[in-house]
Amino acid sequence: MKKKRELMNRREFLRESTLVGTVLLLFGSPASEDSDSSNDNEPIHQYGMGIQVDKCIGCGQCVDACKRENDVPREPFFFRTWVERYIILIDGTAQVDSPNGGSEGFPEMVAENEIMRTFFVPKLCNQCANPPCVQVCPVGATFITKDGVILIDKDYCLGCRYCIQACPYGARFLNPVTSTAEKCTFCYHRLSRGLKPACVEVCPTEARIFGEIGLRSSLLARFMRFNKVQVLKPHLNTEPKIYYANLDGEVR
Amino acid sequence: MENLIEQLQPILKQVVGYIYPNEVELHWGILIVVYPYITGLVAGAFILASLERVFEVKEVQPTYRLSMLTALAFLIIAPLPLLAHLSYPERSIEIFLTPQLKSAMAMFGFVYAWYLMIVLMLEIWFDYRKDIVYWARSKKGWRKYMYYLLSLGSLDLSEKAIRFDRKAGKFITIIGIPSAFLLHGYVGFIFGSVKANPWWSSVLMPIVFLFSAIVSGIALMILIYGVTTLFRWKPIDMACMDKLASFLLYAMILDISLETLDFIHRMYESVESIHILGQLISQKLFISLVVIQILLGTLLPLGSLASVKLFRLPDELRRLIYFGAAILVQIGIFSTRWNVVIGGQLFSKSLRGLTHYKMELLGIEGLLISIALLFLPLFVLYIIIKILPPWPEAATTPLSSIAKESSQ
Amino acid sequence: MLNFRFRPELRMPGWKSIPFPDQIKRLLIIFIILVIMLITVRNYLMPPTFVKEGHYRAAAIDSILALPIHYAGQEACSECHDEYVALKQTSYHQNVACEVCHGPGANHVEDPSENTPSAPRQRGLCPLCHIYNASKPTGFPQINIVTHNPLEPCMSCHEPHDPKPPQPPEECGACHGEIARTKAVSHHAALECTQCHSAPEAHKKDPRSFRPSKPRKRTFCGGCHGENAESAGEIPRVDLQSHEPDHACWQCHYPHYPEVR
Repeated sequence: MKKKRELMNRREFLRESTLVGTVLLLFGSPASEDSDSSNDNEPIHQYGMGIQVDKCIGCGQCVDACKRENDVPREPFFFRTWVERYIILIDGTAQVDSPNGGSEGFPEMVAENEIMRTFFVPKLCNQCANPPCVQVCPVGATFITKDGVILIDKDYCLGCRYCIQACPYGARFLNPVTSTAEKCTFCYHRLSRGLKPACVEVCPTEARIFGEIGLRSSLLARFMRFNKVQVLKPHLNTEPKIYYANLDGEVR
Repeated sequence: MENLIEQLQPILKQVVGYIYPNEVELHWGILIVVYPYITGLVAGAFILASLERVFEVKEVQPTYRLSMLTALAFLIIAPLPLLAHLSYPERSIEIFLTPQLKSAMAMFGFVYAWYLMIVLMLEIWFDYRKDIVYWARSKKGWRKYMYYLLSLGSLDLSEKAIRFDRKAGKFITIIGIPSAFLLHGYVGFIFGSVKANPWWSSVLMPIVFLFSAIVSGIALMILIYGVTTLFRWKPIDMACMDKLASFLLYAMILDISLETLDFIHRMYESVESIHILGQLISQKLFISLVVIQILLGTLLPLGSLASVKLFRLPDELRRLIYFGAAILVQIGIFSTRWNVVIGGQLFSKSLRGLTHYKMELLGIEGLLISIALLFLPLFVLYIIIKILPPWPEAATTPLSSIAKESSQ
Repeated sequence: MLNFRFRPELRMPGWKSIPFPDQIKRLLIIFIILVIMLITVRNYLMPPTFVKEGHYRAAAIDSILALPIHYAGQEACSECHDEYVALKQTSYHQNVACEVCHGPGANHVEDPSENTPSAPRQRGLCPLCHIYNASKPTGFPQINIVTHNPLEPCMSCHEPHDPKPPQPPEECGACHGEIARTKAVSHHAALECTQCHSAPEAHKKDPRSFRPSKPRKRTFCGGCHGENAESAGEIPRVDLQSHEPDHACWQCHYPHYPEVR
């Protein structure tokens, strides 16, 4: 794992340096000292989240807490996280809904004797290791930190919305107050204070498990050890760091 | 913000099936439709101009300078819809400060600067230099100084200097053709490279964009050449018109073949997204795709242009057909852009539902601004023509004789 | 005539000796001026912390880290309210953080006297989790809020920090609502759960450690559905010897909603 990361870093580094080099040649750079030298002694984290689909009760506490913690507008068009309900009928068709992101409960949709199986699925930014949103941002206003979290620089974002188009998971939206792109940050401001993301904090059934990838003893490690996990839309090679246990094939 | 919420609330009721909650707001509106449409016209007009220059198609020679100026006028306006669409237009300078080199959109600044400064401006300058010098000498008052400034003080009209102008112009045109391909192919790439969106994600996208650009550019030049000639009370050069119409026909055949290939390929591969895209076409895009883009914008002009080839028709009727076809082609290509940009956002990336686009009338993202942006290039073109008249009678030496010289 | 000419050829003696045509030389001057301007402007406007850690403004991370928190986290609560945290620790609500019910409490931690978190005592909050919904995982305690002690505040029977039912639930459907509802509209509607399952008393207190029994043999179903069973005449019959002898009945027929096809 570690070796793979190092290899990745070196490859990334080579690619970056050739590209940056070209630009430096073109423009010259005011801040040209290279930063990849690891002089800081902080351990490198790799944050990730496990989701136990079988434990989600669709209470919407996570959606509500996320909006409060991150001052997300309450209107039903802006969500850093939301909960979807899947109902697969006897005839095999699937019905999906997420009224107000699932924050106000789920009214009965179909008669129970028509249901084959049904469950809730929490969704959020997948914090991809190969993030299409970072790839398309023209100015570097959205970026991946050393600990694998993708953040947005709201004071630098143009509001071109290309990242919103590029996200396969619908995890991004345009904050109507700042007019910049926004999405889940794993509550980055909480992590540095030793706290869990707000959604994880309030989940009453431990359906969400937050932790560091690569540690041997942690809630996330136990989750990864005992479950067959799946990521969303693996064919797009975004390499998400949100891992779902017992995920149904209907979930996209 | 209240305004936005008011707009989104009724859309929520029009959603069919399931869409991710963040997808209710449609992010790229009509301004982003206008942008590829305008750059398409630039690339198309330029490629038409290079036909005369590089491939020496003598018949379209009357449109050479006009096409160059049209391309310039439209190129000057091209970034405006993009800027107007940004939340923070003033931050657009960041694209030059810290371009993120993996981003297709970051390349816009560079592609644009290259095309505007190196290709179009230079080619026009080399082509016009001797006329500019002539006007700097013959005009009076402030005009004299303006032309002098435009000449950059390069007043040498010796045989050698003129020959260099011609050679440089031709060289730039040769660079210019791949550049025009780059400019518009790149716009197609912005959409074609979005793997999250099955309606956009296609390797053919840049090529389809390019050929539809050529189609729209030629059609535009038929209109502009025709209208300007009529307003100047000059006879329309029918040989030129016929040639333009032929090129339009050929370009359309290529364009429709590519689009059909794309369509058949999608149908035959029939991947996960095929159901929602089928719904998209039959429910949301039926009018703009099937009726306007295919029937009115492609098949009807294609048929009428082909009929001109088959039957011997009088000049007057041919002109009418060409004009009609060119107008229909413009409408068709505009709805092509609409179907790509808006169509690509009307279905959910969950592939489970469709949303709705409600265009504003007023406001920055509204219809009126878009119409203004579509006509603004014509106004710019009017000013450019005032400064650098492309007409043969305005030039120092008849252009035809120069063309003759160059072919010798 | 033209008296303000830009004539470098007059001022620069070497102009003529540069081996480019006149036009190129003039264009090059403009080009060089533009490039120098671009570089100057870029150096001037470039954000100071860019490219320090990657292709982004490192300062942006600082401003994100500086954002205020709203949820203090359970550990902060336990510093003062350890009796509730201890009570909760062994209860069904052990994984339910304080702020789920009491709301975000960061400002309360900062200034306990000024900001009091909410303490919901009405019926509204508990159903967020405990209202019946078919999509919830089975076994999760769910009630029908219309029939379950209507209008009574939940707290009058259940202590929220240690929410045991006041007496062991009479009905299995209190927790297994989805099964109870499915069965209620099936041909097995009239059957009691105990017809097929026997639940040890301890299951009602510690459901995961003490599991109810399930029938294991074909002959159990055969007790009613067998050819020779002594049961009501309208009950469908099968020949246990010949009907799918290799499989148990529930491998095809869902006992809570048994259908022939």
